[in-house]
This record gives sequence, C-alpha cells and structure tokens, in this order.
Amino acid sequence: MKLLKLVPQDTNIKFLKVRLPFFIFSLLLMAASWGLVAVNGLNLGIDFVGGQEVQLTFEEREVAPVDELRQRVEALGYGTPVVQAFGSPNEVSIRVPLPEDVEETPGAANEIGNQVIAEIQANYPDARPDGNQTVSGKVAEEFSRDAGFALLAAMLMVALYIWVRFEWQFGVGALFALFHDVTLTLGMFSLFQLEFSLQIIAAILAIIGYSLNDTIVVYDRIRENLKKYRKMPLPELLDLSINETLARTVMTSLTLLVALLPLLLFGPASLFGLVAAITMGLFVGTYSSVYLASPLLIWMGVTSNSFVPTETEADKQEKKVLGGL
Amino acid sequence: MLDTPLWKKIWLWGVTLLLAGAALPSLLAPAGVDFGESSSVPEINLGLDLAGGSHLLLEADPDDVAQQKLENVEEQVEAALRGAVPEIEFGDTSRANERFSFLLDSAADIDRARGILEPIMMGNDGALQREWDLQVVDTQRMVLSPTSSGASVALNSAMEGAIEVVRKRIDLLGTREPTIIRQGDTRIVVQVPGLQDPQALKEQLGQTAQLEFKLVDQRALEENTQAGIANPGSQIFPFSEDSDQPGRFIAVKRLGGIRGDSLINARPGVDQRTNENIVQIQFDQQGGQRFATLSTQNVGQLFAIILDGEVISAPVFNEPILGGSAQISGNFTAESANQLAISLQSGALPVPLTVIEERTVSAELGEQSIRSGMIAMLIGSLAVIALMIATYGRFGVYATGALLLNVLILLGLMAIGNFTLTLPGIAGFVLTVGAAVDANVLINERIREERKRGRKVMTAVENGYKEASRAIYDANITNFIAGALLFWFGSGPIRGFAVVLVIGLVTSVFTALTLTKLWVSGYLAAKRPKDINI
Repeated sequence: MKLLKLVPQDTNIKFLKVRLPFFIFSLLLMAASWGLVAVNGLNLGIDFVGGQEVQLTFEEREVAPVDELRQRVEALGYGTPVVQAFGSPNEVSIRVPLPEDVEETPGAANEIGNQVIAEIQANYPDARPDGNQTVSGKVAEEFSRDAGFALLAAMLMVALYIWVRFEWQFGVGALFALFHDVTLTLGMFSLFQLEFSLQIIAAILAIIGYSLNDTIVVYDRIRENLKKYRKMPLPELLDLSINETLARTVMTSLTLLVALLPLLLFGPASLFGLVAAITMGLFVGTYSSVYLASPLLIWMGVTSNSFVPTETEADKQEKKVLGGL
Repeated sequence: MLDTPLWKKIWLWGVTLLLAGAALPSLLAPAGVDFGESSSVPEINLGLDLAGGSHLLLEADPDDVAQQKLENVEEQVEAALRGAVPEIEFGDTSRANERFSFLLDSAADIDRARGILEPIMMGNDGALQREWDLQVVDTQRMVLSPTSSGASVALNSAMEGAIEVVRKRIDLLGTREPTIIRQGDTRIVVQVPGLQDPQALKEQLGQTAQLEFKLVDQRALEENTQAGIANPGSQIFPFSEDSDQPGRFIAVKRLGGIRGDSLINARPGVDQRTNENIVQIQFDQQGGQRFATLSTQNVGQLFAIILDGEVISAPVFNEPILGGSAQISGNFTAESANQLAISLQSGALPVPLTVIEERTVSAELGEQSIRSGMIAMLIGSLAVIALMIATYGRFGVYATGALLLNVLILLGLMAIGNFTLTLPGIAGFVLTVGAAVDANVLINERIREERKRGRKVMTAVENGYKEASRAIYDANITNFIAGALLFWFGSGPIRGFAVVLVIGLVTSVFTALTLTKLWVSGYLAAKRPKDINI
C-alpha cells in the first residue's frame, strides 16, 4: 500500500530567510488588532457586561421577525438590543445588555429579563423560549476579573515552565508567540464583532495550549540539534529544525482541522464562537511557532553553548521521566 | 523494548478494559439499556445545557442579615429592660451604623442593665464567643455592636436556614432532583434539571414571605400617615401594588403584633361568602394562643396583614379567632394565592435572596445540541481515522485503536469521577480527538525519519518512541497547566470543557505512548519484519 506523504521528504525551505519582513508583518497585525479592539471594541456578551440573553424558536414561521423583535424590545426602554439569527432562520437570540446606571442594583438584570420574556410571550404565541440567561452586573464584573487573571496566569506559568525546561530565551519566545496569538484572536473578534463570551475565554486558553504544543515541538528539535550540531550557524539550524518537524506540523494541524470543521459546520449553534476561535487559533498558533517563536531565539542570542551547562542535568531528568514508564 | 513482561501486559490491559468498561453504561443508556438506579453503576452526568434545566445563582445581602440581627436584639433588649423589676426606663433608641443604642433615663441603672443584658450579649446558641459588645458612652448611653463572630454566626445560620427554605419551596413546586449548594459566604447555587417554567421558580425564591399581623394605629391622622409621619410607637407601611389600596400608606403599632413564622400549614382556598381567593393558615399552638388573645382583646379593631414589608390587606377583627386558624384575603388571583400558600408553608426566608445569575436551557435545545454535537464528532473522528490510516498504514491502525480507547477511557473516567459533560465539553472531546493523534504523529514521523537515516526497523521504532516522548511530555504538561487554570477559573459549562481537556491529556498520553508501544512491540516481536511501511 502506498502511504500518503503530505510533505515531501527532505524539504529544505528557507523559512527564516524572510524572518524580518514576517516579524514586522506580525507586529503590524498585532498593532492593528489592538487598534481594532480600542476603536471597535469587543462585542462583549452578557457574561462580561451583565444583562439578559434569550434564545427563541418560532415554531410557526420560516423566518424569525428580527426587525420587529428589535423594535419591540427596544420600546421597553433598556437600550438597543442585539437581535441575531442563531442556527436556523427561525431561531433567534436577543441580547439586552444591562444599562450602566442599574449595574449595581442587585436583581436588575433579572427584572429586565422578566419583562423581555413577558413582552415576547404576549406578542408571539408561537415563540418557544429555548434558553434564557441572565447575568447581574456584579457577577459579570467577577467574570471579567477572573477571565483576565486566568489568561495572564496561564501565559506566565507556561512561560515559566518552558524557561525551567529549556532556557530563558525559549520562555520569552514562547510567551511572545502566545501574546501574539491571543492578540490576533481578540482582533478577529473585534473585526467581525462576534459575541465575546466566557466560552471564548475557554477557547483562548485552548489556543494557548495548542500554540504551545506546536512551539514546544519545534523548540524540542532545536534543543536536540543545538546539542548535535555545535558549529552550525543558528539561522541554518533553526531552518533545519523547522523542516524536520514540518511533516508533523502539517499532519497535526490537518487532523485537528478535520476534527474541528464538522463541528464548525454542523455543530450546535451555541458552540460556533468557541469552535471558530479555536480554528483560527490553529492557523495563528502554527504560524507564530515558526515565524515568531523561532526567530526570536536568534535575536536573543541563543547559542549551542546555551545547553552545555544544563545538558547533563537535563538528560538525567529526561532519563528519569522515561525510565518511570 | 520488544519483551514486555507478561505482568505488565496484563496490568495495562486490565486498566484499559476496566476504565473503558466504565463508559459502557453511559453509552448504552440512550439505546434503552437500563442498569437501574443503583448508584454503583457509574454514569456521566449531563450538564444543564445538554439535559435542559435551570441554573440559578442566588445572593443574600449580608447587610440585610445584620439589619435583622439588630432588629431582633432591639426587641430582646426592650423586652428585657421593660420586664425588669423595677422597670428600667430608657428612650432615644437608634439602629444607625449597624449598632443599636439607647439612652438610659438614669445613670444609676447602668450596672443593673448590664447584668440583665449580659445573657443576650452572649447569644442564644450557647456560642463560645460573645455575639455583641456592650459599651457605655456619654455617661448613660448604651451601645451594642456585633462582634465579628456574632456577625458570621448570624450570616451562617441565615444562609443555612435559607437553603432549607429554598429546598422546601422547590419540592413544593414538584420538581425533581434539584441541586442546592451554598457557594462562598453569601451565595446559593440552585440547579433544577428539566424545569419547564423557571419564572415560577424565580418568583418563589424571590419572595421572602415574612408575614406579620400588626394592629392599626387608630389615633394616627390620615394626612400625617400619607406624609410618612408616625406617632411615637407606630410605624408606617405602604399598601402593596396588588392590594385594594395601592399607593396608599397605613400606620400600625410597632409592638404587640404577631409574626407568621409560627405557621404549621397554609393552603389556597376560596371564601364561601364573598367568592374571593384567600389563603388559609393554621398557627401552631403557641401562635394560635397569641392570635386568639390578640383578636379577643381587639374585637372591632383594624389590623394589617403585612407581607415582606407591604400591607396586603387591613381587615377588622369581627370576632375572637380561637381555633388557631385564620384566612388571609388580599385581592388574590387563584395563582397568586397558591404561590403565597407555598411560600408561607415553606416558611419565611431568613434573609431576602436576589437572583444574580440565571441560565436556562430547554430540553428541546439540549437534545438538539447533543444530536448535532455527536454527529459532528462522529464525522470528525472518521475523517481523522481515515487520514491516520492513509498516512501511516499499519501504524495508523494502531493510532486509531489508541484513539478509540482514548475516547472510551475518557468517558469511563468521567463516569467514575462523576464529572459533568457539558456542551463545551463536547467541543473539548473533539479537540482531544484531534490532539490525541498528535502524540502518534510525533512518534510515527520520528520513526519515518529514523528509517530514512538508515536505521534498522527495531532501532528506528525504539528511537521514535524515545525521542518523541520528550516533546510529548513537555507539550502535555504545559497544556495541563492551561487546562487546570481553566478548571479553577471556570464555572459550569466552562468547567466541563476544562475537565474533558485535562483528563483527555492524561488519557491520550497513556493510550498514544503506552498502548501503541505495546501493540507495535508485539507486532515486531512476532513478525520480526526487515522493513516497515511507514
């Protein structure tokens, strides 16, 4: 049987020849993302601003009366609601953010929610409520604080782990790559104004995990090659390492993609944001491992000597880990 | 690596089959195979976003508890001082700044007052630490301030009482298997699977149901009452929106009323004469006697029925009410009478609760989510399997076997650990399926490389596992860190995602490294191939 080879053997692509243009390109993308977030803002869901979100299915209609719903709910006087199709055309999600002046009143979100539901049920007897979420201002504040903390803590802790297992330059490189990935994900959510909910925080943490996975595979090969080829110039050695792991990078990204795509296309509508974020993170994460995490090692002056003092110790540790199997 | 000892093989297979077997009840349940209600059969819990139901987060305001504690101590202190022989005269009471203070008429009474109040300061429950500090300022003003242990004892008992009341009310609504847990100091999580009408539940839980009967102050001038000015010893309450005099106020005497916490029964009914909806209540013996005394002494007088600080009606005691049962009227609908009856029967909440978070998913949407999630997962898995076998041949088949066992073990561990599968958890499964093959990809690519460099089959496979496992461990440990943080930070559905990710990391390392190694070495030992197709 002839086996599939996605990447030809012995590739020798000079990835790092164009490292500077790509690095500048990445910096620009990051700046653009922050700019977008600053100007456009994020379409923060009720998890982070508080308020009320209700999902409806109109059982006797082909298409949900989106505009009419928007007018009716707006007439209640709690600001402009976000009314979006959700899944099939007769399903709709209505989001009413908490007005700023009532954020501190306990139970305000719940009160608004009750009125929205009562208004809809009075006017649309065929509307079946599928889901209803209410988040008060206080809880939303806690979610925002915890989410920020979890993201920062995750990035710092994994960078620390890599520093311990590799060298400080690798830790910094990985951290920068993660920062890049998170930034671009935020940029995408700002650009397309997709709802930014708690699920997206979960997605970003998954992206952090995946992107690191990729970075570590490349870094591991660099570490190995640094010990093996003591005299090879660094750019050449990095290119070699990236090329050697290229088949794996492509294969893993592809398997993840074929696993995720059905979920994106046929999966539950309430998972769309989460899966979309992870799918984008897949590409960004792979790219940042090659074009950010690796060239940074050159600029931070990693040499083959970086591993000489720690070589024996690291080897011992590895033997211990492997021997324990 | 070829000679795996027999005991190790047995051990590995034993663990694998045991864990994978634990997944069976959960997998077979939808197909109608019932293992009974026995708790010894592990089964995965479905989260509310998949099973349908309501999640409510209720919060008590500690200030309310403190305020109530102050009111209670005020009553106790006033009763104690009035009951002293000779009576200790005092005035100018105040409950400002979370303290209760009053002015003794004579400084000579200070020591006697101290002695009388001491048991109250210690608290009722035989607590080891005092609940109140008593100070004297400005020669004869006595100030009671709660100690920190007193405040926390009060909050704890209020929260425990509130949980009991919440449980009773949910039971009375006829829903099954609610989960009611205290979270932190002031919060209660309520999860009710399969609930159809969260609105009724929220209204139930939002009502404190503190019922009071107080005599109307007949001497109060109407214009003073409407302007909010009360005679000494009286206080002013608004009529409720649903009463027959909404927007108006009424003055009642502060002392000498009866609280509704001595009820033993409450049920909705209809008044035979007026055809009005009413709630019939039954006092316990003590409460019944007090109610009898109150009504006997005040025949012909108006009294106010006050619910949660609002007057629902102000009828007249037509005759002494002796049997211990009474009826409450107040412009009820059949529904609101029923609701009030439930609230009264389950007792008043010791502290008002506010719904600060609600997530409700209908059973229909939950079912739909499971179906589309499962279909997507099936397609994704088949695509991954096809890709693996097309790329790595025999080694791809091993990877597929590891992948399937990985999913089973993951499900089994979730069932054993009694974890909850949520909608994001399904995404976590898909991600795990995708990521689990990464370990096999790393190993197989490495074997390819080693073969390409001209290594013998045995050495190539051995090096493949050895060299790849370093990256596999580093990558999975860092992933584990991110997943653990997600678990720690996340609530509800997000936590379900983290659970799948974290357990999935462990199982995928086990299946991808250990199990495939067992199979590959078994194949190599049996066939001793000179060349492998990889």
